[in-house]
Amino acid sequence: MFGKDGTEMRHLTEIRWHGRGGQGAKTAALLLADVAFQAGKQVQGFPEYGPERMGAPITAYDRISDQEIRVHSNIYEPDFVAVVDDTLLHTVDVTAGLKEDGGILVNTVRPKEEILPLLKEYPGKIYLLDARKVCMATLGRYFPNTPMLAAVVKISGVMETEVFLRGMETSLQHKFARKPEVLDGNRKALRLALEEVVECR
Amino acid sequence: MSIKTRMSGNEAVAHAIRQINPDVMPAFPITPSTEIPQFVASMIANGEIDTEFIPVESEHSAMSAAMGASAAGARAVTATSSCGMALMWEVLYVAASSRLPIVMALVNRGLTGPLNINAEHSDSMGARDSGWIQIYAENNQEVYDNFLQAHRIAEHKDVHLPIMVCQDGFITSHAVQNIVLWEDELIRNFVGEYEPEHYLLKEGESMAVGPYALSPYCMEAKKAQAEAMKRAKQVILDVAGEFEKITGQHYGLYEGYRLEDAEYAVVAIGSVCGTAKDAVDRLRDRGVKAGLMKIRVFRPFPGDEIGAALKNCRAVAIMDRAESYSSQGGPLGAEVTAAMYRAKAVAETVNIMYGLSGRDVRVADMEHVYESLQKLAAGEIRYPEYPYLGLRSASGDEL
Repeated sequence: MFGKDGTEMRHLTEIRWHGRGGQGAKTAALLLADVAFQAGKQVQGFPEYGPERMGAPITAYDRISDQEIRVHSNIYEPDFVAVVDDTLLHTVDVTAGLKEDGGILVNTVRPKEEILPLLKEYPGKIYLLDARKVCMATLGRYFPNTPMLAAVVKISGVMETEVFLRGMETSLQHKFARKPEVLDGNRKALRLALEEVVECR
Repeated sequence: MSIKTRMSGNEAVAHAIRQINPDVMPAFPITPSTEIPQFVASMIANGEIDTEFIPVESEHSAMSAAMGASAAGARAVTATSSCGMALMWEVLYVAASSRLPIVMALVNRGLTGPLNINAEHSDSMGARDSGWIQIYAENNQEVYDNFLQAHRIAEHKDVHLPIMVCQDGFITSHAVQNIVLWEDELIRNFVGEYEPEHYLLKEGESMAVGPYALSPYCMEAKKAQAEAMKRAKQVILDVAGEFEKITGQHYGLYEGYRLEDAEYAVVAIGSVCGTAKDAVDRLRDRGVKAGLMKIRVFRPFPGDEIGAALKNCRAVAIMDRAESYSSQGGPLGAEVTAAMYRAKAVAETVNIMYGLSGRDVRVADMEHVYESLQKLAAGEIRYPEYPYLGLRSASGDEL
């Protein structure tokens, strides 16, 4: 499998999610592990548990590899970071340890001029996604984790987007077995997010 | 045929329970084990299994109900963590001395306090003298495979003892990872039907369970119980051998990772062993003869085997995820160093306290442990106390 730049992918990709309790960052991390498994990968998806409550900052992690994953620690030097709530940029050091040749994805409705100064001196790639816009256009309600998941797959190149979409079809049908009416909106949200995510540096 | 899939450690245990379809499961929810009875209750509601689920009002009742069911002749399982098992305390001893082969899924979490929900071994280590067999897992695959072997061990006529199948809270219980599942029929045949020799509901046989024993009899009962625990060692190996025949998975009393020629060894239990294996590989790449002893079976304690395997090491770090407040170190430290003494091992040792209340351990932390062992063997440092790994303090007690 090859990354976006055509080079052979690293054996291990590590992704850190920052969100607020109730926004689905943990679900997104577990879904990513799920869909990466379906693409034939070795995976590890896990949340970091603390005094959880709605709105409090939470962290979740993914390891995706072609080899067996044995380590059981949190991720301190991620290849990619996904920030589900841009208000966290003021309170959490989201780029801590982030590899310079990796990237960060921020969900925001704000213009890049407002976001870039909040990412300190991070020299790597910065991607923005307006997940609210994607959600309102496709789901009619704000569930940022689905579009963020698609955007993370695209920016990280952990799998081909078509492989991802096929895998998500299975996951979504399982997850929404009793709510088939939301399936189509979720499909559209995934595809729209793949188009809407922009690299702004 | 095996099924390659992905699931968390808690899902893996619930899947094992589905395949075993035990007769009775009394349980009371406590983080991080709550999902296990939750998943099993769903399976029962969906008609996948016909286990009698008893939603009890406390863990004391959960273990009491498991005892009643087991004594009646049923196959009984339960699940708990931390303070939940602490509330079972009295009944743990009664279950073991009544020689009831109850299987408990223990999702290790620290005992309070400070109040915390994360991984620590203080719950099961506190119960190490309760007479239960204890088997630990590094990951979701191992906790699944261990649970599938548990009934065969506990119910064996040479054993008749309860068993706790342990995994690290959240670290493996809530992490989704790849896993290989075994076919239902294969497992059903492996686990088999429970056919106890003596039980309360047996027609034409009257018996008492847990009666008062006068001093002239009590000591003999305890000795018989201790002998059963000794015999469990061979039964655990035999069951593991049979399990390997049908699955190809190898299990022993401990797992040595690059241990045979190791000069510097770490002894540990649970999920940290996966992290330690990555550290061992890095050190081996640098030419350092590092190795790992992962203890799978802590009760019965395989002291002779551990002592023999560590005999030729230059320095050994014994890692404890439970304080004993003895001011001498932790339970694993005490028992492993005793085993090494009996084996006339001459290695320098250090007992390290790590990962308390879920304190994270990185590969770099484990590399640091091995580097410390090299210095210890070279006489460059000494550890008069037992150090804490990654302690945020300048007291000098940190490693």
